[in-house]
Amino acid sequence: MATEPRTSPEVGGMGHSIKRKEDARFIRGQGKYVDDIQLPGMLYLDIVRSPYAHAKIKKIDASKATAIPGVLAVITGDLLKQYNLHWMPTLMSDTQMVLPVEKVMHQGQEVAAVLATDKYIAADGVQAVEVDYEPLPVVIDPFKALEKGAPVLRTDKPDKKDNHIFHWEAGDKEGTDKVFQQAEVKIKQDIYLPRINVASIETCGCVAHFDKAQGKLTVWMTTQAPHAIRTVFALVAGHVGLSEEKIRVISPDIGGGFGGKVPVYPGYVIAVAASVLTGKPVKWIEDRIENLQAASFARDYHITAELAGKKDGTLQALRFKTIADHGYTDAAANPSKFPAGLFHICTGSYDFQKAFVEVDAAYTNKPPGGIAYRCSFRVTEAVHAIERMVDIYAHQLGMDPADLRKKNFITKFPYKSPFGFEYDSGNYAGALDLAMKKIGYAELRKEQAEKRKRGELMGIGISSFTEIVGAGPSKHYDILGLKMFDSCELRVHPTGKAIARFGTKSQGQGHETTYAQIIAEELGIPAEHVAVEEGDTDTAPYGLGTYASRSTPVAGAAGAMAARKVREKAKKIAAHLLEVSEDDLVWEPGKFYVKGSPSKVKTIQEIAFAAYTNHPQGMEAGLEAVNYYDPPNLTFPFGSYICVVDIDRGTGQVKIRRFVAVDDCGNIINPMIVDGQIHGGLTMGLAPAMYEEINYDADGNIQGGSLMDYLVPTSMETPKWETDKTCTPSPHHPLGAKGVGESATVGAPAAIANAVVDALWHLGVRHIDIPITPPKVWAVLKEKGVAE
Amino acid sequence: MAKQKIRVTVNGIAHEAEVEPRMLLVHFIREVLSLTGTHIGCDTTTCGACTLLLDEKPIKSCTAFAVMADGREIMTVEGLEKDGKLDPVQDGFHQEHGLQCGFCTPGMMMTSYALLKKNPSPSEEDIRWAISGNLCRCTGYVNIVKSVQYASQKAAH
Repeated sequence: MATEPRTSPEVGGMGHSIKRKEDARFIRGQGKYVDDIQLPGMLYLDIVRSPYAHAKIKKIDASKATAIPGVLAVITGDLLKQYNLHWMPTLMSDTQMVLPVEKVMHQGQEVAAVLATDKYIAADGVQAVEVDYEPLPVVIDPFKALEKGAPVLRTDKPDKKDNHIFHWEAGDKEGTDKVFQQAEVKIKQDIYLPRINVASIETCGCVAHFDKAQGKLTVWMTTQAPHAIRTVFALVAGHVGLSEEKIRVISPDIGGGFGGKVPVYPGYVIAVAASVLTGKPVKWIEDRIENLQAASFARDYHITAELAGKKDGTLQALRFKTIADHGYTDAAANPSKFPAGLFHICTGSYDFQKAFVEVDAAYTNKPPGGIAYRCSFRVTEAVHAIERMVDIYAHQLGMDPADLRKKNFITKFPYKSPFGFEYDSGNYAGALDLAMKKIGYAELRKEQAEKRKRGELMGIGISSFTEIVGAGPSKHYDILGLKMFDSCELRVHPTGKAIARFGTKSQGQGHETTYAQIIAEELGIPAEHVAVEEGDTDTAPYGLGTYASRSTPVAGAAGAMAARKVREKAKKIAAHLLEVSEDDLVWEPGKFYVKGSPSKVKTIQEIAFAAYTNHPQGMEAGLEAVNYYDPPNLTFPFGSYICVVDIDRGTGQVKIRRFVAVDDCGNIINPMIVDGQIHGGLTMGLAPAMYEEINYDADGNIQGGSLMDYLVPTSMETPKWETDKTCTPSPHHPLGAKGVGESATVGAPAAIANAVVDALWHLGVRHIDIPITPPKVWAVLKEKGVAE
Repeated sequence: MAKQKIRVTVNGIAHEAEVEPRMLLVHFIREVLSLTGTHIGCDTTTCGACTLLLDEKPIKSCTAFAVMADGREIMTVEGLEKDGKLDPVQDGFHQEHGLQCGFCTPGMMMTSYALLKKNPSPSEEDIRWAISGNLCRCTGYVNIVKSVQYASQKAAH
């Protein structure tokens, strides 16, 4: 269902599929990404990385490197230690090495950095740095890491006697245990979501430029959260003279973010330090292999999931126990109070009486992280587990998975979940019914039964997910103490055109277009005449950035509220111009007119002009407003996806025949962009479901460290996605919108996995961990005696 | 390292430069000629962000040396627009929302341009096969296919 536009196509407010403004530069090759920045006298930084997963650094000999003409310096941990910059805090208040002084903790870790006049010379320097390592015992398995007697990895923490990072729990343990004790049906399944990397096509990097004369640092960097980064820099490097008003972070065009550009990576800090020390601009751009081997990972959750319920299919209680592998430091990007993110959305779309979830996190000799992969703080982990479990429950009872879902869907909103979330709105059966109708569910089940008689393997999988996005209300949500509001500063110019600046940063979402549409919707100024800027901390208002689908729910709301403030002032000016009382004025997009006399009218353009040329005495001139929006609640987009697969008994290959995605993200700003977001999100759901995985051998060697091994789906593997919508507005968002960028990534993997298991259940297959690869499926077919 | 002189025509303009033999073509295009529309996304000839046309054939310029282009003709994304007029491929990507972050877009468009030169009316399967050496993380390829179809139809009229 489409959102009915209230404005004309010329104005292009909400609901119009207007073409994107940002395309003009991108289709001409004129985008400005960080690696496109060239400054006079710029130096290049390249990084020496560890071949070992855990080793003592006995000696770093840089003499051969510094002897190379053009190599200016080799930066080591010892040098940074002089400035107390060799360690830095993570977003989860753990600590991470910028450069090591004693030992390395994962393969690919930064060991030293070469500064040179040319990138090829810097690479030569990296080859020439000689490091003497003494290998130490490697801990890769998080379960073993938590065993008594395991080598303690964080020897830098004097009080640390084990590898346990945190224990976190939520819900009613006793109440849940009690329901389990008395339940008619109990199921239990281990579910693993492996390590993956967002692999945005642009890797991470920065250009740091410290202007010694002015004492000002400018950093162009691949960051989804420029303002928070500026504050982090000021807090971490204040003692060496970097004061926040003299730090400017610019997030230029970003080639995909997906969560991977939220953290602060050592490379950024080394480049900044190198620029401050030399007074020259310094560029650091990681290559793809460095990106896959050392940038923040996502997932790596080992979940033991249990459900309890009745024989008639009524679900009663849920109990999840999880071991989280965080690598050598907890560098997750979660709101501070939630070390496991929003994993407790795991009751999903279903009405459970009781639930309990606990997560224990472990240090291992792997790269740090725990970021999202296009999802809102561990929501994919939660959705995958609950949607797999609901399917197992249905199959075990011999019920149709669609029927079991419908029997247990939450139907009354707002709904308070057992973990305390207040779901804003939903129509779960509506979305599932539409998906079933669109795909022809009943006919597919018939076809499946017939095929099964012939020994053909066909499966149908459903995922009816509930997302939780738009973090978040300041009472509960902060990052390093910074409350998770977001902002808009709106100025209307004398000729009735406008500029709006936001605290977020698009990485492809199309903010320059959709934010302009929000202003157009609220003020009637055509979207084409609303310029949108973000990403420059010297000009944009402070905000927490773009991730966790928070741009529309939080910054978009700020845009609407700022526009409404402008409208309030515009009304006063209109009343002055028309010589009537404000109460006599009626607003319709783009103009105020006198009640009962539509010909007595002032357009927003006329009012804007008057704001600078003929404003009422006693009123400030100008027409502008700022809003810092603190959302009253999160938003809860949802949807139902149905996937149909055919499995080749000869090869184990799973072919996705059809995939129907029905999404509900509330009111829609730009349907074209929403569809694009869903297509991309689905493909990033397909990727971990069937292709992507980063794992390690027992010595800590990465097994998927280049795009030759880490299989990002191409156009050939990617199905022809079929999409549709229902529309259930958020009651608390000023535009009724909910956010959509990540729904599909969250919802899709379970639909695919459920379809595969559905095809094999009759053979005694109960679960397959993602990625569901042909060798994995073929091994199952062979074990069950049906491989050809 | 000793430098070597090369002569290359890029987007119709003749260039002469001294380059190290090890300099990658993509670095020559981006840094020597400052044509930064051609991007770098991987080190393994996988992602295709660096695709440009060498003597009308699409190649991945991260795995070619600049010296290999000596005496040859190159076309990059900056060469698509002619006399202020967008190529149908550029128009198609805009009209059909075939791009989001824009990073894969130049390579994707160059591959599509080369496909349409060879096959003006490709089927969906032809398009998917042609662009399968170009990775996109944002669009799920649906709208890229539509963009190429749009360009194909527009060029036919």
